[in-house]
Amino acid sequence: MIEVINLSKSFDGRPVLSGVNLSIREGETMVIMGRSGCGKSVLLKHIIGLIRPDEGQVFVDGQEISRATGEELSRARLKFGMLFQGAALFDSLSVGENVAFPLREHTTMTEAQIRDRVSECLNLVGMPDIEDRRPAELSGGMRKRVGLARAVAMQPKIVLYDEPTTGIDPVMSDVINRLIVRLRDQLKVTGIVVTHDLVSAYTVGNRIAMLHEGAIEQVGTVAEIRSSGNPVVRQFLEPALSRQSEKGGMA
Amino acid sequence: MTQKSFLEPLGESALTVFGYIGATMALLGQTLLQMCYYPWLRWAGWMVLPWKWPLLARDRRWNLLVDQMEKIGVASFPLVFLTALFTGMVLALQSAYQLQRMGAENYIASLVALSITRELGPVLTALVIAGRVGAAITAQLGTMRVTEQIDALETLGTDPIRYLSVPRLLALLIMLPLLTAYADIIGILGGYIVGVCKLGLGSNLYMRMTWESLKLKDLFTGLFKSAVFAAIIATVACHEGFETRDGAEGVGRSTTLSVVISFILIITADCFFTALFYFVFP
Repeated sequence: MIEVINLSKSFDGRPVLSGVNLSIREGETMVIMGRSGCGKSVLLKHIIGLIRPDEGQVFVDGQEISRATGEELSRARLKFGMLFQGAALFDSLSVGENVAFPLREHTTMTEAQIRDRVSECLNLVGMPDIEDRRPAELSGGMRKRVGLARAVAMQPKIVLYDEPTTGIDPVMSDVINRLIVRLRDQLKVTGIVVTHDLVSAYTVGNRIAMLHEGAIEQVGTVAEIRSSGNPVVRQFLEPALSRQSEKGGMA
Repeated sequence: MTQKSFLEPLGESALTVFGYIGATMALLGQTLLQMCYYPWLRWAGWMVLPWKWPLLARDRRWNLLVDQMEKIGVASFPLVFLTALFTGMVLALQSAYQLQRMGAENYIASLVALSITRELGPVLTALVIAGRVGAAITAQLGTMRVTEQIDALETLGTDPIRYLSVPRLLALLIMLPLLTAYADIIGILGGYIVGVCKLGLGSNLYMRMTWESLKLKDLFTGLFKSAVFAAIIATVACHEGFETRDGAEGVGRSTTLSVVISFILIITADCFFTALFYFVFP
């Protein structure tokens, strides 16, 4: 369904991705893991065409996203929903208007239909009756759930999650992980999750791709990755080491 | 070697300037192109039929435009009022020094009317609006950029230029000439207050001298310039907003840049168009 072929990108002469190859099947949730700053989010933004590659291609359903422009790209993006790291809610609009945004822009639904769809999406993420609140009034976890409601409003086939559990408490992380699983199992949504949270990766992923120094180090099922003998993967999975690397990344 | 080190930074600066002009012109071009996708005919149809006005009031694009016109234009009237009033008054007072010495006080009215409509009305209004509105646009779009809201717009299949740039450019193109016309009137009023109340000129005489010296061309060249300034303010402000990087510090930096670059371009364009009108269309 999604093919990333030999993707390379550098910023100001510093290579971030160098020859990434990845293939994602319909209906599965692929987790992309790696240390902070290894280019996970950059890879995700290539898949939805927010960043253009220096070299390589991205195909979605046979269409080359990496070359699409203008209206063609806008239409192709309607297949996607994306949950941003900081939720990226439009702060000039209310929660309800945020979720209704793509519906108003791209459908001919009546106001009543839009209202129903908005409350359906907010119910899905477990946050009913908050349509009139402003994004600034919500906590980080709540904002992420509203972001998810907005991402799925157009019933996309593919949802991209950029660090869905980073910066929120374990209880809320668990809620979001279960939502991602529910979207996959009930709505048959293809998911790509970028994270360095191991619990989240094991819970939501069908397969895990390990990104290291701009290339995919290993791809495999959760069980395969957990029992991998690859030293790079092992180093990331060892809790003590991974905590150290995270501290390094934060600094 | 010394020659090379002298020329290199010069060339680099030239490249930066031309690159910047190219990028802003590209944004202006894209914004104008996206403007074509706006439902102008439908709006015009609705506007002439009063019973269709509720439909217009519910149209999302229309509301975006009206919202920007309110924020950019209507909210700027008090500031423009103060600037223009005091400029008109100061102009009358300053010219009184010289003209009274020659016994030519009557010409204060002409001097104020001409300087305000040709030059000070358009330029001062544009500078005030660049400071007030240009900065606000850059700060808003810059914050949207660094909090990934512009990326989010794109992922939702909405073109940020169509959704964010077009209403701002349109609102400025409509409101800045209106604000300029308003500044012209208020500036002349300022001169009138000083001339009549302080310098003892007759009210009728003052008005007659104002009318006689003004030609329609003065007003129109001023309004034309203000439309050019509107395009400069909107394009620079949106460009700086879209290009913002590096969080809060980046937003501060691009807001400052936006105002500084708008000021420079407004003054430069003013010089260019004044010369053009002087030499080519005398």
